[in-house]
Amino acid sequence: MTISSLTFKPVTNWVSQLSIKNMLLPLVGILVFLAFWHVGASKIQTSLGTFPGPAAVYEQMQNLVADHQREREKEAEFYERQEKRNAARIEKDPTYEPTVRPYTGKPTFFDQIGTSLYTVLAGFLLASLIAIPGGIVIGLNTAVYNAFNPLIQTFKPVSPLAWLPLVTMVVSAVYVSDDPMFSKSFLTSMFTVTLCCLWPTLINTAVGVAAIDKDLLNVSKVLRLNWLTHVIKIAIPSSIPLMFTGLRLSLGIAWMVLIAAEMLAQNPGLGKFVWDEFQNGSSQSLGRIMAAVIVIGLIGFLLDRTMLMIQRYVSWDKSQVLR
Amino acid sequence: MSTYLDISHVSIEFPTPRGSFKALDQVDLKIAKGEFVSLIGHSGCGKSTVLNIVAGLYDATEGGVMLGGKEVKGPGPERAVVFQNHSLLPWLTSYENVELAVKQVFKGKMNRKEMHDWICHNLDLVHMGHAKDKRPSEISGGMKQRVGIARALAMEPSVLLMDEPFGALDALTRAHLQDSLMEIQADLNNTVIMITHDVDEAVLLSDRIVMMTNGPAATVGEILHVDLERPRDRLALANDPRYVDYRAQVLTFLYEKQKKVEPLDKHREAKKTPIVRPSAKQA
Repeated sequence: MTISSLTFKPVTNWVSQLSIKNMLLPLVGILVFLAFWHVGASKIQTSLGTFPGPAAVYEQMQNLVADHQREREKEAEFYERQEKRNAARIEKDPTYEPTVRPYTGKPTFFDQIGTSLYTVLAGFLLASLIAIPGGIVIGLNTAVYNAFNPLIQTFKPVSPLAWLPLVTMVVSAVYVSDDPMFSKSFLTSMFTVTLCCLWPTLINTAVGVAAIDKDLLNVSKVLRLNWLTHVIKIAIPSSIPLMFTGLRLSLGIAWMVLIAAEMLAQNPGLGKFVWDEFQNGSSQSLGRIMAAVIVIGLIGFLLDRTMLMIQRYVSWDKSQVLR
Repeated sequence: MSTYLDISHVSIEFPTPRGSFKALDQVDLKIAKGEFVSLIGHSGCGKSTVLNIVAGLYDATEGGVMLGGKEVKGPGPERAVVFQNHSLLPWLTSYENVELAVKQVFKGKMNRKEMHDWICHNLDLVHMGHAKDKRPSEISGGMKQRVGIARALAMEPSVLLMDEPFGALDALTRAHLQDSLMEIQADLNNTVIMITHDVDEAVLLSDRIVMMTNGPAATVGEILHVDLERPRDRLALANDPRYVDYRAQVLTFLYEKQKKVEPLDKHREAKKTPIVRPSAKQA
């Protein structure tokens, strides 16, 4: 009896704390938001009908899921038919070599999410590959920093929409191939994302490297560490907390920029989905766009949390407050 | 007494926006091998500058430092430094911090096994063997300072330079570490230069106490030989008349001869902004 009460009490405490702090309050916030949304939306009349409230968006979300499932079934049927047809032809003529044609149905909402994630990660990865080494080089040397700082500060605030036409033209001119590995719309979107999101990582890495504790620099001098050992053992580790701050900002920007880039570059991702629905202009469009808005937000949130988890794991500075 | 470390006619000037500032003027100090020398003086008198010049982190404007017959040029592990705030790399464990130094100094001279034993030996020397896999954030201030000392000792330096090594520690931890340092010193008989603010610490640990005058253009004021037999015991010495006398001599130098008169509100005086009380403003 005593044992069960002893072990049970902390558990209930833990549950109640968890539920109030982590579950209940956000739930209250969400409910209040839904209420305002519901009331507010019903008062806005657009040429495409009433602005979608929570219920309409939920319904469209279900439609999108259903569309996806239907499309997958169609795809499976297509391949089944093709297989049967090929089998029949081989039966007649054993020398026949069947060609398997890929299914060409339109991408569903969830396919588009996949494309967007793939594009944003490719762009972000490329940006990181440029920005981290660049930031380290810039941060190590004040002269290099002073030389490049004005350029960084100038390019940093440029909108993706300004880059996009240039990137489009350059990609069309340079990337000429009979059997392209990547579609041009993908490359355009990816490079635009890269151009817009590399700055926070670049700046934060540079600042992190430049802000090495003077005492640690003295340690490096007393030990006569060579340049490479100094960079690997002292400069890079000490810049990691700020580097990750930059990476998180960059990923956030990358995701924001991507939607705009996809709209204009017609990369088959979420941006194109929003644009197509807008052009479509049916009574369901606004609901679908709103559903996309929520999904975009949730994915952005998840991406940030993922980076945060990586940061927690990698960073030595466990005292740093991460949120 | 043969000279091992010779600091001769060292002066240093730092450029400032208002012309050059002479921090040290003709500092002369000869130190024998195995000697423990403390530098004491008021803050801002250039003690750390002397140490940094010996370490090679600063270049003297005039004069120079000779170690074992060779001129000191630039920093190097043969003049290991124990910094005031430990300066351990926070992303490395105690073991790895010492390892970084050992790998750098004994590369090619020791094999992996020998290095490992040497690192462990030095950590044990400062009684930190049990925490070798802890990071600096996981151990106390005194423990960090111990690891810092282990790192410096592991370089087998010709001269061990300590910049207020125990300044940031509480009195009990400081006493504990002082005892540890005396123990290690008895074993290894290092040549040590230590900067301190603490008169008791200087008398307890040193063979000689170098008292510096106030800056700018600070120099060696007086040198006090501490002839107390080792090992020294802080409790027994507390009532020893010789100890009390040495202590009094240092105190006299610091608080009578080199009394530091500093305006309490130096900052505001420099800016020439008078205090304006809110009530006066309205009137």
